[in-house]
Amino acid sequence: MNTQVSPQVPWGTTIFDGRAARRGYALNKMCFSFNHAVNRAEFLRDEDAYCQKYGLNDAQRAAVRSRDVLAMIESGGNIYYLAKLAGIFGLGVQDVGAQQTGLTVDEFRAKLLAAGV
Amino acid sequence: MARVVGGIGTSHIPAIGLAMARKQVADPYWKPFFDAYLPVRDWLSEVRPTVAVVIYNDHGLNFFLDKMPAFAIGAAPDYRNADEGWGLPTLRPFPGDAAFSWHLIEQLSAADFDLTTCQEMLVDHGFVVPMQLLWPQADSWPVRVIPIHVNTVQHPLPSPARCLRFGETLGRALESWDQDERVIVLGTGGLSHQLDGRRAGFINKPFDLYCLEKIVHEPEVLARHTIRELVTLAGTQGPELIQWLIMRGALGPDVRQLQRNYHVPISNTGSGLLLLEKAA
Repeated sequence: MNTQVSPQVPWGTTIFDGRAARRGYALNKMCFSFNHAVNRAEFLRDEDAYCQKYGLNDAQRAAVRSRDVLAMIESGGNIYYLAKLAGIFGLGVQDVGAQQTGLTVDEFRAKLLAAGV
Repeated sequence: MARVVGGIGTSHIPAIGLAMARKQVADPYWKPFFDAYLPVRDWLSEVRPTVAVVIYNDHGLNFFLDKMPAFAIGAAPDYRNADEGWGLPTLRPFPGDAAFSWHLIEQLSAADFDLTTCQEMLVDHGFVVPMQLLWPQADSWPVRVIPIHVNTVQHPLPSPARCLRFGETLGRALESWDQDERVIVLGTGGLSHQLDGRRAGFINKPFDLYCLEKIVHEPEVLARHTIRELVTLAGTQGPELIQWLIMRGALGPDVRQLQRNYHVPISNTGSGLLLLEKAA
């Protein structure tokens, strides 16, 4: 197959590089804390206070409040850490994929299945 | 002397671990995926490896972005799994082989591959899901393990070419150990998938099949790609292919393919399985 591709970053894609890692540090650090059940419980008791404790900026706090994954990525979130936040609400990668692509979860699953044909 | 007997390329998707925990392996969605591992398990019970070197990427359990090594190696007496935050059951600890780990550290360092050394290391789904897939019934793990983490989280990532060379060096280091061990190398992760952004759900079946074909006898063809090209061809998480390239490099030039499978989708991913035996 032809594997020659443009060096451009493809559409709908963010490279998690040093710029993103700096921008998103506080948000990702908060999400990293969710490896521990006690921290997940503290977040659920008062989400905004927990965001403040980790020093999230306004855009990051708004993105967390509205559960807007694309906005979290825009403000430096890395998907592996954001997955821990999503997990608090019982959401998996297909739920997160559906939200980012503007599809229902069933539509998103159908899109994945179509990739196998 | 230690001998590398073979290598296995496998997915490490958390959904696999969840399906095993929920006893869904015989469900129609999962059965073709899990059945492909049966010949691999038969091979393992025949070859009886004593040590497994597991190449994987940590996804935010052991390493955070405060310190992100390009390559890190476990040098611990054992390795614990732990809560990752979204409900995968925690597995029992894995026995290590610290003396063998330090031998690899010294050999790799002498060949200009400097690794972050970890005398304590939590292992996440990237490590435990493959182990569970290979030995689902084991009451105790039948191998000692050496985890090797590769950064595929924060760019810049190690290049595919460097990873293939790292694997070649690792293979020589393994076979220079003076203990009588049968070693397998696991390359985990991949194949194409993208979890993040508007392009989420991107899967490239033709490219995955091409990778499964080329990695057997022409891994250097894949190693010519840049990480950026792999993102375009295989999605933001597609660069996990570099972990397969390390595995492939460790086997040396001559291998026999004993099993190959591709299943799509598993969760959001094109899932590959490859069993390669090192030619004697």
